[in-house]
Amino acid sequence: MTETKSSNPGSAEVWITGIGLATSLGEGLDANWDALNQRRINVDESGFAPYVVHPWAPVNFDTQIPKKGDQRQMEAWQRIGTYAAGLALDSAGVKGNKEILGRMDMIVAAGGGERDLAVDTGILQAEAKGNSAPGFLNERLMNDLRPTLFLAQLSNLLAGNIAIVHGVTGSSRTFMGEEAAGVNAARIALTRIAAGQSDIALIGGSQNSERKDMLVLYEFDDFNLKDKFEPVWARSPKTGFALGSAGVFLVIESRTHAEARGAKPYARLTNVVADQSRRKSPGEVTATLETLWSKLGKLNDNGAIITGATGAQPVTSEELAFLRHHPDFAVRAIGTAFGHTMEAQFPLGLALAAISVSRGALYSPNDPTALEVEMSKPPTQIVVIGAGHWRGEGMALVEAVK
Amino acid sequence: MTATRDKFGRPIVVVTGMGVVTSLGIGKSDNWAKLTAGESGIRTITRFPIDGLKTSMAGTIDFLPVETASSTDLSERLADLVTEEAIAQSAIGTTADFPGPLFLAVAPVEIEWPQRLELGRDAGKAEYDYDDLLRVSGGGKYVGYHRRFLFGSVADYLAEKYGTKGSPISLSTACASGATAIQLGVEAIRRGETDAALCVGTDGSVNPEALIRFSLLSALSMRNDSPHTAVRPFAKNRDGFVMAEGAGALVLESYEAATARGAKILGVVAGCGELADSFHRTRSSPDGKPIIGCVRNALSDAGIVPGQIDYINAHGTGTPENDKMEYLGIASVFGDQTGSIPVSSNKSMVGHTLSAAGAVEAVFSLLTLEHQRIPPTINYDVPDPAIPFDVVPNKARDARVTAVMSNSFGFGGQNASLILTREPI
Repeated sequence: MTETKSSNPGSAEVWITGIGLATSLGEGLDANWDALNQRRINVDESGFAPYVVHPWAPVNFDTQIPKKGDQRQMEAWQRIGTYAAGLALDSAGVKGNKEILGRMDMIVAAGGGERDLAVDTGILQAEAKGNSAPGFLNERLMNDLRPTLFLAQLSNLLAGNIAIVHGVTGSSRTFMGEEAAGVNAARIALTRIAAGQSDIALIGGSQNSERKDMLVLYEFDDFNLKDKFEPVWARSPKTGFALGSAGVFLVIESRTHAEARGAKPYARLTNVVADQSRRKSPGEVTATLETLWSKLGKLNDNGAIITGATGAQPVTSEELAFLRHHPDFAVRAIGTAFGHTMEAQFPLGLALAAISVSRGALYSPNDPTALEVEMSKPPTQIVVIGAGHWRGEGMALVEAVK
Repeated sequence: MTATRDKFGRPIVVVTGMGVVTSLGIGKSDNWAKLTAGESGIRTITRFPIDGLKTSMAGTIDFLPVETASSTDLSERLADLVTEEAIAQSAIGTTADFPGPLFLAVAPVEIEWPQRLELGRDAGKAEYDYDDLLRVSGGGKYVGYHRRFLFGSVADYLAEKYGTKGSPISLSTACASGATAIQLGVEAIRRGETDAALCVGTDGSVNPEALIRFSLLSALSMRNDSPHTAVRPFAKNRDGFVMAEGAGALVLESYEAATARGAKILGVVAGCGELADSFHRTRSSPDGKPIIGCVRNALSDAGIVPGQIDYINAHGTGTPENDKMEYLGIASVFGDQTGSIPVSSNKSMVGHTLSAAGAVEAVFSLLTLEHQRIPPTINYDVPDPAIPFDVVPNKARDARVTAVMSNSFGFGGQNASLILTREPI
């Protein structure tokens, strides 16, 4: 969607009107909500041992991606995301509504797609056996790579597949950059709508955690949680994150637009703020989070915080120091139940905050260190935090609609 | 007092600094001289063995005095060069203190073959699998590769070096990425969030696997025996695009802030348009509607009519499909005027700089406005009767140019168009 002609920035109220969740805990809001309240966690300690991952809970793809040909053109991360995007559009009541989808803006937070491990391994083994003549790599790649694999790997092709399968075509932007990509997707979509540059947007991301090629990247700095699962706040002496599979998408729109089409809100997305501290000296993340907190807007006492804290160090300890400055806020760490879903982590936090606000309850704590406590009253304000494992700090305020 | 808002009441967004590097050379002057002389930067690849490749040429940048070990290293180096040039020209802020956010168009990042082979050798046996690679990856030996192969790594480097503000955005809209970076900057300034934005597109991804991936999609020219004449946008004998490396950077500012500090104004980003295509992963909708809608959105965002455009800087990749669809899109919007508007493709000379193309071509469009001279479409010796554009064949042309449209289209249904003008409209 091109810009509308507003010169009145930041005035429109923005609602979350659609949520699509397909995670390691299951599909849909109820399945995820129930699992959280039952403290159920889906974790695999053996399949990728010693690395711990949260595997995706399988779904019937046909319900959201009806053409098998489309399913075949995607790798897992794209299927997961395209599936969840469909759920979000259903939830917002806009699935199949060509008029709205044709002008719906889309910002996807994406990494890249799965490699063909068999091809990679074949090449590496041949090289190890001395087959390293000039042109050897070319020959193997020319012969062994599936032509369509490239499209299943390209970052912007999750958005491309959502356009093809669900018809979201107002605009298509893909943000990259790990956790911060998810924060910025929400931030830019919100500010555009608030400023009248857009009316309605689909935002979110997806990750397939069952990928050895991705484990390699995080293993370079020993970020992967090994051997045994522990809740995020209890990861000591072994630190790190367990990659989590999830597809998470939200439909957000101006209140005016939602009311005109009779859509009901889960919650209001009041503000999203972000920064990137250099993290060169201890305490920088804590200080940045305090600054972001001060920019969120008016916060009432006794609210709640849903954080994407990863379990990686030192950032998780720095965030913990920040949380301890705000002891009257009930805290929930997404990472314990879902693992680290990377680009999708912040959208997942927004989704859980919106569901909690709309259901009038914060879900159960799951934390042996007792940092997380029960919250007895209905939350009307939830702050979502996303501090990246290496870079990027973000925060959002999700509120009950008045 | 000069009006600082456009006809829609939004802050006018101007360009006060530009930087560019392509296979033609480093910097605006060198690039402009060669571009208007009709020179080609396409050459036979020497960076890696070309045995067995169907396409063995590219617009590589091999003339930098630094070794780079990965595409991402080179992307970073190129982005750094153009950012330095752009910020120096605009003279904005102080050293390492750019007063606004960074929007970076960058190719998707992953560990590449040199690193993969290094891990393989480290695994130290003949029969191994990914578990063995994983085992040697940890322990701290390869910490640098974590930093390097994060998707946000190039933006992180630029944000620190140039002191941009807030959370930098790395983005990909495939071959439209550079234009999207500029659009994000324009939108931020129009919202009044910032007075300035740094918009950069960079791509250093000529490596064997990237080349082969495009080759397997039959997208690349195979005229390997004559690299200089390989890219033939809009010509009947066009046979594909040629991958190229490059980067472009623009310092955007609100007109108000730029004039207040006495900055020289290089041009105006008057409008941006986009529209996604849901037809196919690599092909445009045959009815051209998404491209038509994108072009119309850009015109309407700028508040102008087709007749006010005096030059179109085409996406013009030289693939049979793109050029046909771009003609259909432009002809549908411009109607009878289509044949009388000059439409040229910089890619005929620099190749297709992929993630950088939108930014590189925005810089060239602004140079066209500055010099009142239109760069040619070279290698145009066999016109395609189905594409009756005035392609400014083979020789640059002096012309009165006040408003330029620059188009970018990409895989995944990405379409973006920019309207650039000399003066505020």
